[in-house]
Amino acid sequence: MNRLAAIALLAALVTPAAAEPDTKALERLVRQDCGSCHGLTLKGGLGPDIRPQALNHHDRDSLTTLILDGVPGTAMPPWRPLLSDEEAIWIADYLLNGAEE
Amino acid sequence: MILGFNLLHCIFKIARGALIPALAMLAVTAPQARAQATGDLGLVVERATGSLLVVDQSERAALGRIEGLGDLSHASLVYSPDERFAYVFGRDGGLTKVDILAREIVGRVMQAGNSIGGAISDDGRYVAVSNYEPGGVRVFDADTLDMVADIPTGSKTIGLVDIPGTRFVFSLWDTGETWIADLSGQTPEITRIPGIGTNPYDALVTADGRTYIAGLFGDDHLTALDLWQDTPTPRAILPGYAAGREGLPVYKMPHLEGWALAGQEFVLPAVGQHEVLWVDARSLDETGRTPTHGQPVFAMARPDGRHVWVNFAHPLNDTIQVIDTLTKQVIRQFSPGPGVLHMEFTPRGHEVWVSVRDAGKVIIYDTETFEPLAEIAADSPSGIFFTARAHRMGL
Repeated sequence: MNRLAAIALLAALVTPAAAEPDTKALERLVRQDCGSCHGLTLKGGLGPDIRPQALNHHDRDSLTTLILDGVPGTAMPPWRPLLSDEEAIWIADYLLNGAEE
Repeated sequence: MILGFNLLHCIFKIARGALIPALAMLAVTAPQARAQATGDLGLVVERATGSLLVVDQSERAALGRIEGLGDLSHASLVYSPDERFAYVFGRDGGLTKVDILAREIVGRVMQAGNSIGGAISDDGRYVAVSNYEPGGVRVFDADTLDMVADIPTGSKTIGLVDIPGTRFVFSLWDTGETWIADLSGQTPEITRIPGIGTNPYDALVTADGRTYIAGLFGDDHLTALDLWQDTPTPRAILPGYAAGREGLPVYKMPHLEGWALAGQEFVLPAVGQHEVLWVDARSLDETGRTPTHGQPVFAMARPDGRHVWVNFAHPLNDTIQVIDTLTKQVIRQFSPGPGVLHMEFTPRGHEVWVSVRDAGKVIIYDTETFEPLAEIAADSPSGIFFTARAHRMGL
């Protein structure tokens, strides 16, 4: 119940009126929450480096899928409970195109 | 002003008998600078700006800021035995020594590409850093920051703590081993203990240096070592605690530290389950479980052990729950604000300081009434570290 409420809250936060992704909120999510494992500068931590050069074997589709479904057998969780497809695509593009340091 | 008046008053009182000797004595003994004790000071990591806020526990106030420490996401620090210096472990591999009285950096080395934490030896001579890249532990002279030992492990290295005998203990994420490095001699002596389990993500040591507990991401238990044994043998604790239940996504790994002891039980965060787990500290048998609001990150016993404060992983990281150690029931739940990252108790536990990252502040609570007492503005605050840690093993 609490979890559902929080997911709803986050969804409301990240997708205002289910329109365009809130890019500022998503950028913050990448830095702060992906950053928990991948580092605030995304160069890796317990999770791997996710800067563009480290992701060059990925394209938008494969990276979006990875974000939404996670990597079974590793510490990468599925983000589908928290992100829409559009939001995951925005994050994939953001990572592949090089987030500012 | 008040001090000046009192001094004058005092001198006049003395002067009835001997003004000149009293003045002469004052000239000799008057300190050059105002003395500042460090026992109730602390540092708050400002993760986004690479700075530290110097705080005063009893004043409930910030005294100043130390800047220029690099990438402080997930930074932690330890204190010198005299509580004057802090050694700060940055994610970017920076090891920075700061003087909390002068509020300045007094030494800094980029010792690795990517690091996760550190420890100071029992004698205060060595500072060890746990590195992801290149994987291993490097040990530095606490005075000069010169490297005195390099211990490559071929793995991301986590859960680094100090134990008596100028020794450090740490674990290997990739290979599931725990190593003990003895630095009491000329060259470090390494004891390798395999079979800890799959992907240890963090570890703790009790305040007596006896029990080391590694949390595992890849196995459905934790592993304990009795470091008083000549040959510590891994022992699975809470085996199969999540068996038959769906593993929930973990959006932030829990942390394990020496504050896990509440009364005669350890209280430990589950991984992939929204609960904390209770274990008898001597037998290491399970004594209970408490369902929680989300994936616990820190489960911290108040210094007296009577209550346990818990915060949670994204996206439920706006909330704190307080659990009664006797009943194992949640007795309080509240939301300090977005991004509750860390809690630090005053040494005797009458207050707790809570960093609320996205609200840009540290909130101080009374731990009996749960009333907020004060707030301190801070830039994306994460870890809070009081100097009393200088005298605690494993912190």
